[in-house]
Amino acid sequence: MIGFLARRLAGALVILAVISVVTFCLFYAAPRDPARAFCSKVCQPETLELIRRNLGMDEPLAVQYWHWLAGIVAGRDLPGFGGCPAPCLGYSFATQEPVFGAIVDRFPVTLSLTVGAAAATLGFGVLLGMVAAWQAGRPLDRIASASSVVGASLQIYFVGPLLAFALVDTFGVLPRPAYVPFTGDPVGWFTHLLLPWAVLSIVFTANYTRMTRAQMVEQLAEDYVRTARAKGMPERVVFFRFAWRGAMIPIVTIFGVDLATLLGGAIITEQTFALHGVGELAIRAVQNSDLPMLLGVTLVGAGAIVALSVVVDVLYAVIDPRVRLG
Amino acid sequence: MTFPSPATTGARTGAGGDAGHPEPAVAVTGRSPGRLMWRRFRRDRTGVASAVVVLAFFLIALFAPVISLLYGKDPYTTYGLDQPGLLNAYGYPIAPNGGMSSEFWFGLEPGLGRDVFTQLVYGIRTSLSIALIVTVLATATGIALGITAGYAGGRTDYVIGRVADTLLAFPAQLFLIVFLPVVEAALVPPDAEPPVWLRFVSICLVLSVLGWATVARLLRAQVLSLRNREFVEAARVTGASPARIVLRELLPNLWTPIVIQATLALPLYVGAEAGLGFLGVGMTEPTPDWGRMFQVGAQVYHSDVTYLVFPGVAMLIFVVAFNLLGDAIRDAFDPKTRR
Repeated sequence: MIGFLARRLAGALVILAVISVVTFCLFYAAPRDPARAFCSKVCQPETLELIRRNLGMDEPLAVQYWHWLAGIVAGRDLPGFGGCPAPCLGYSFATQEPVFGAIVDRFPVTLSLTVGAAAATLGFGVLLGMVAAWQAGRPLDRIASASSVVGASLQIYFVGPLLAFALVDTFGVLPRPAYVPFTGDPVGWFTHLLLPWAVLSIVFTANYTRMTRAQMVEQLAEDYVRTARAKGMPERVVFFRFAWRGAMIPIVTIFGVDLATLLGGAIITEQTFALHGVGELAIRAVQNSDLPMLLGVTLVGAGAIVALSVVVDVLYAVIDPRVRLG
Repeated sequence: MTFPSPATTGARTGAGGDAGHPEPAVAVTGRSPGRLMWRRFRRDRTGVASAVVVLAFFLIALFAPVISLLYGKDPYTTYGLDQPGLLNAYGYPIAPNGGMSSEFWFGLEPGLGRDVFTQLVYGIRTSLSIALIVTVLATATGIALGITAGYAGGRTDYVIGRVADTLLAFPAQLFLIVFLPVVEAALVPPDAEPPVWLRFVSICLVLSVLGWATVARLLRAQVLSLRNREFVEAARVTGASPARIVLRELLPNLWTPIVIQATLALPLYVGAEAGLGFLGVGMTEPTPDWGRMFQVGAQVYHSDVTYLVFPGVAMLIFVVAFNLLGDAIRDAFDPKTRR
């Protein structure tokens, strides 16, 4: 187990390193000069030169990358711009702040969005899928399957504003989505995020319903389920303790991927509801061509994906005793 | 973007079934797998209906100029600004329901006052052409690299596999919006305004770069299970060249997963392209684009929800029809997955 974890984590770090190198090279090798972005409209060549030197952009790409990498461990001091304390993922000159700090500031919003949406999606998705499998071929199954086809085809940027129009503007059932810190006002936090959660889970649930249904139907036909039934086990136990376990493996896989995607910034959702999370940070960084910020956000997003894939691998072994980590 | 992977289970049995079962001795007329598939597909009413809807969308895209000519409007003229009495002082259509009338069937765009119906019709063009090109590019690349990785094995397989891993570890949406500007910056001088076709090309490129990895991974796994089968060994023993083995022995067994994967991917690309437009990094003005309609729609929905509803419903119909068609094709290729 420990050996497996060590190897997987090492692999994850390698992938992150590769991603950071690729992203770094693509950004900084692009002909669009990052220094220009921090120079006013009428840019004196001396000023540009000074900025470039202060950013260390007069050095070769490899040296720049090394400085950036060292900054993560040791922090950096950028003359004329300010300090960037220890996990320094870079310094955003467009917003005049360290990248890591900006991401940390935005993270509670993204985390809140993710937690609620993931819980709702997993809960409803698996529940609906189980009901559909239990009622396979009957009307309830038809309804669940049909609605999941429609759900999977809906787009956040369409359902989001539409539901906001109905529930917020027209009927006033919900407050306009916003982020209210959980620690300050848990009820406000909940009600203000309810709409984004609902929209995200409408779009994501379908996938889980379909997957759960298909898996459960497949598992219920397996030999071990027949054995359990032949032994006289109650249907409840067969359903929830036996078939369910086997069905969960692919669900855990896609859940890990979706969770990571959301944690890296639910860009479209945050944009739709004007929530200032990590995804919105990314969009703003794109608009400002804020390369250090983009590099940081990309890495955090990739980090979430890689980390969760390790977690998923471990969960396989927890769920299915036949899986050996080795 | 999570790519659904039900294709894997369906396809494996499908490919095995095609290759493994000898024709029954009693069969009077031989039926090719393709003809069998067609027979099964024709009997699937939902499948046929969705195929008709999908076909209709493609025809509308193809004949957009004809439709626009018959209808008498185009998606570029700012009717609302040119003719008084259509938009109010705030730029919203005066007539109810977003300015729907016998003249402007689906109403007017708030602000610029362009015709929604032609925007929608031409928008299908943009959307479908990008999605089609990306599907073809990503699938072709995926086929080439996936089969190479699976068949060659060893170091080639390792390199292709790690590249695919890295791509799949990138946060997809972020990857798209981050690398679009980079691709453009690499292709045009910094101060020039990028032309429209360039945006089109870079959207296709970035989406394809992200898309091939899923196809390649799927096909690699399929090839691994096929390459040591008797018919491949037999071909090898009789001295067939690798090219012949790949093209004549392996590829025919892979069409099922390829077609299924491609049908599942196309509507996702339609959604992804519109998502880019919504975020403001997709196709630029004046090219009519569904994504940008959503972007405007999301800004004006408080006052004029109609402008959001038309592209939303149109896209919903298209994506539902295409997804159902994908399911029907999978069922037709592989009767075992039949529910």
